[in-house]
Amino acid sequence: MALIETKDLYKIYDVGEAPVHALDGVTARIEPGEFVAIMGPSGSGKSTFMNIIGCLDQPTRGQYFLGGIETGRLNRDELAAIRNEKIGFVFQGFNLLPRTSALENVELPMFYRSMPQAERKKKALEALKRLGLAGREHHHPNQLSGGQQQRVAIARALVNDAPLILADEPTGNLDTKNSIEIMELMVRLNRDDHITIVLVTHEYDIAAFSRRIIHFLDGRIVSDEPNIPEKQKREDGAA
Amino acid sequence: MINIPDTLKISLRAIRINKMRSGLTMLGIIIGVGSVIAMLAVGTGASEKIKEQLSSMGTNLLLVLPGSTTSGGLRMGLGSQPTLTKDDADAVLREIPKVQEVAPVLSGAAQVVYGNQNWSTGVYGSTPGIFVVRDLSLIAGRGFTEQDVRSATKVAVLGQTVVTNLFGSANPVGQVIRIKKLPFTVIGVLAEKGQSMQGQDQDDIIYIPVTTAQKKIFGTAFPGMVRNIMVKVRNAEDLNAVETELNNLLRQRHRIGPREDNDFQVRNLADMMQMAEQSARVMTLLLGAIASVSLLVGGIGIMNIMLVSVTERTREIGIRMAVGAKTWDIRLQFIIEALTLSLMGGVIGIVLGIGGATILSALAGWTTVVSPLSILLAFGFSALVGIFFGFYPAYKASLLNPIDALRYE
Repeated sequence: MALIETKDLYKIYDVGEAPVHALDGVTARIEPGEFVAIMGPSGSGKSTFMNIIGCLDQPTRGQYFLGGIETGRLNRDELAAIRNEKIGFVFQGFNLLPRTSALENVELPMFYRSMPQAERKKKALEALKRLGLAGREHHHPNQLSGGQQQRVAIARALVNDAPLILADEPTGNLDTKNSIEIMELMVRLNRDDHITIVLVTHEYDIAAFSRRIIHFLDGRIVSDEPNIPEKQKREDGAA
Repeated sequence: MINIPDTLKISLRAIRINKMRSGLTMLGIIIGVGSVIAMLAVGTGASEKIKEQLSSMGTNLLLVLPGSTTSGGLRMGLGSQPTLTKDDADAVLREIPKVQEVAPVLSGAAQVVYGNQNWSTGVYGSTPGIFVVRDLSLIAGRGFTEQDVRSATKVAVLGQTVVTNLFGSANPVGQVIRIKKLPFTVIGVLAEKGQSMQGQDQDDIIYIPVTTAQKKIFGTAFPGMVRNIMVKVRNAEDLNAVETELNNLLRQRHRIGPREDNDFQVRNLADMMQMAEQSARVMTLLLGAIASVSLLVGGIGIMNIMLVSVTERTREIGIRMAVGAKTWDIRLQFIIEALTLSLMGGVIGIVLGIGGATILSALAGWTTVVSPLSILLAFGFSALVGIFFGFYPAYKASLLNPIDALRYE
């Protein structure tokens, strides 16, 4: 069974006189364990697609199945539960809670599934340690570098053992060195932990880490091809 | 399952982060609750005081006063024409079964002397009925009896103020004092009564048998004349009925024709007292209502700040929703935040209100009573304010679309 399956998704915004088709009939399947990069220029609909498969937004028309469940039938709270249990988000702007320690930020998803405090703390500490953030648990986001903040965000995405990570331009605010570190981390998570990763980017160097690249243009998929991650490509990008 | 203690922690953090703002918001509630507590304390104090005075006067009382006279078209005041007698009083007790006790009174001011001390005080001639009617109790000696009244003996029962001024701390019972130069034996001392509603000292008084007052101290215009008659009715609900019967009886005894005006007047003391108490209660309500308005204004302040807070934290709400916060997680977070603000304000307000009431009674000398009910009321009210004014902002926050909230700049 596909992890992600969309059938003829439309997202239409009524702005002014002419409706804007952010998604114009998108049908796609993503299997468990895949590492997919979604590319396209701005306004191509890639972020809209990402928000819909992340259950953060609803399509105007069409169906979206996540792990076989049709999300269109779910209410707000059921969607919230799905985001909590099935999806980890990594955003371009990190989206960590300000004035809140790294530890508490990572605890947040467990907080909303009512896990006891002690267990939450233990799991959050483990996740932070795994991402090389031991010793920074009590730092607030503004005391951390961009790369560190993004790793806190990834720890938060991992902590509920979600099978799917959705990353929207995760390296957009990072320098090259940190970008590569984050992408290598993603590759390891995909390879070693079998976490399905869907990544939105407009940079080829970043998409090159994935194993499948889907191109969007004007709300449609224009190409969908497998990709062989090459170390060589990465080094060229870094230079 | 919503995690209340942790949600409370989040709310406390949000309040701590904006200390100044939270403090000012709370100030609205503090002032509101504080003034409700203080105002209710003043109002309750006033009516407690009136109640106390009511019972010190004696209860279920009717007062019969002589009527006014008209001489040459000039109407004189009440009591200018003495018309009442001790016999009237006896008749009232005899003829009206609902009357428990009567006390005819003939009073006046007199100089009293004991040893080298002297004191000017009110001397009340009456019957033993006065002890029942005015609810007097003796702390030493005895009261005078019917026998004393019949034989017009020169005995006196003293109020505390008189005792203090003439005897200091010595025991007056058995001593002889002089009232208008006549020797009287002190046979009893009254318990303290305090001030009357008009601020009179009710202990600055001497009671003697009415006949003694008539014949030996004040003299009378005609035999048996008294200044007024106090009537104690058995049951409060009979007061009006007795008033009518009193009127009929006295009209008959004074031979007043159907078209003539009464030469006496009956006053219902309980009515007057109840009116005073009623007005105190209205004042309490009024003060409370005015203070409640400030509490309401404080609540609107909370709502205002919570709306600002929701807007400011739209992104935070988006993040929370993205990682799985449900509608009521978000709602409760903001309701608890508003509730925490209002309850903290409420508690501080209660403390300040009690302090304010204490200061008021110390400085202005008002009786203030902080009732547990008013504290409970203020606390409950501030909780209600928090929930009520916190709900709309919380509701607004919970309905945000996750992606719109996340993208909010």
